[in-house]
Amino acid sequence: MQTSIIISGFGGQGALFAGQLLAYAGMEHGYHVTWIPSYGPEMRGGTANCTVIISDEPIGAPLVNYPDIAVALNLPSFEKYQPLVKPGGLFVVNSSMVTAVAERQDIDVVYVPANEIAEQQGTVKMTNMATLGALLAKRPILSLEAVQETLRGHLPASKAKLLQANFRVLELGYAAATQPKVAQQSSI
Amino acid sequence: MSKELLKGNIAIAEAAVRAGCEAYFGYPITPQTELLEHMSSRMLELGRVFLQSESEVAAINMVYGAASAGARAMTSSSSPGISLMQEGLSYIVGSEVPAVIVDVVRGGPGLGNIQPSQGDYNQLVKSAGHGDYHPIVLAPANIQEAIDLTVLAFDLADVYRTLVFVVADGTLGQMMEPAELPPMRALRPRPEWALTGKGERPQNIISSIYLSADLLEAFNQKLQAKLALIAQREVRYEAYQLEDAEYVVVAFGTVGRIAKTAVQNLRRQGIAVGLFRPITLWPFPEKQLSELADSGRIKAFLVTEMNAGQMLQDVRLAVGRDVPVHFYGRMGGVVPMPEEIETALAELVNGNGRLPKTILEGKNGHPTR
Repeated sequence: MQTSIIISGFGGQGALFAGQLLAYAGMEHGYHVTWIPSYGPEMRGGTANCTVIISDEPIGAPLVNYPDIAVALNLPSFEKYQPLVKPGGLFVVNSSMVTAVAERQDIDVVYVPANEIAEQQGTVKMTNMATLGALLAKRPILSLEAVQETLRGHLPASKAKLLQANFRVLELGYAAATQPKVAQQSSI
Repeated sequence: MSKELLKGNIAIAEAAVRAGCEAYFGYPITPQTELLEHMSSRMLELGRVFLQSESEVAAINMVYGAASAGARAMTSSSSPGISLMQEGLSYIVGSEVPAVIVDVVRGGPGLGNIQPSQGDYNQLVKSAGHGDYHPIVLAPANIQEAIDLTVLAFDLADVYRTLVFVVADGTLGQMMEPAELPPMRALRPRPEWALTGKGERPQNIISSIYLSADLLEAFNQKLQAKLALIAQREVRYEAYQLEDAEYVVVAFGTVGRIAKTAVQNLRRQGIAVGLFRPITLWPFPEKQLSELADSGRIKAFLVTEMNAGQMLQDVRLAVGRDVPVHFYGRMGGVVPMPEEIETALAELVNGNGRLPKTILEGKNGHPTR
């Protein structure tokens, strides 16, 4: 079983760190993992993305054209990855930044007001964690608790005071993805 | 020791440190700058030499100097930076001093771009400096192998007193993967041939100049004998699912691991494909490929590279004329996806060893990223 995930957003929205957190958590729970960022000129002012693969077998290609899961933190990422998510896959959309609604009927789409959730807990910098919580609710490749434990070990010392807030944002993102209202919206 | 999630460039740098690299000289260039960055703090922390040179030409000559003085020395760069080093590379081989160079290849020609490429195959394997020689060229396909081959590179450089390249590309340099670093080794003593101050011993001379044709020919004969020994002893490759394979994909480095995914997917459909992955690009596993071709079982080879077909020539030489050798490549920093290689392999199988023109032109409908 192999799951490929692309997380994409503006530089500073935490797309790369959210991917690293998944990779660390996967590794710590005995999976094979790869993480690869976009490192081209697009990083400067455009979108940054990373591809994470979590697998119970050794991983060949670290890149995919068609991910099982995509997380769009902003509109350009929404437009880029909506057509690419594998049929039956999951598309997590930051509805604070994306007012559009996905047209695809053959994928699960979940909308999370990630900026608002993060801001309410102290800082918009935790946007990535709200979408990650939603991802884990819809596709429990790892448990929420496992990812929280990993975060404890990998949050930079300068951000240690935000650990509990990050935990809450993960939980609120998780809850947002399981609320009936969100499910309705995704079936439009 | 346990596995850590490591970025390729940093894993290579730390492996070099632990292998006992005493002196690093380099000039920043994407996509390998993290390697130099790691060295800039780590080497100073250990009281070793880190120097950011004014150019790649200076860096390679500093490596030449430090290696002549008996230090384990290295530099790292990316394609155009390696081109600048050509003269120094040849002097290092001509003087028989050990040196390790890491090339994290980017798209070319010219400034090209910073995306992954394998366009330096010929530059490293065939023409890394003037004169008659090949450096040893090691091509890892994952982070653990990048670590292990970096350590091996220093050992091979010492054993044969020659130039050893570790060749990666932007994918391997930038990606993170769990891997285990080796324990820290003690620095090795200065070799007896090194320029350490004459004192009471006979004078040591490190030079690549032989003004007499007879002497230079004698040196070249000695060099060729050494290369023949390396070719005999140091071939490394991975054979994956080749026991019963009828179709074989040949790929190195990043493309080797991508091709493995394609092979796995086709195997699940019951198709007898395998992967032959050269780990040493020089010495090239010529004999092993030749024996595979002579087995009578192989219907076709598919060489796949991130270039216009550079290793392809070596595969053709090894395989000969009895088995067809096809090629599928991407250029300019485009990384082939497993589906593309899978499609090319499947077409080869359906065409009973022949590829349709659309595949050869790269028109098989897969988007690029």
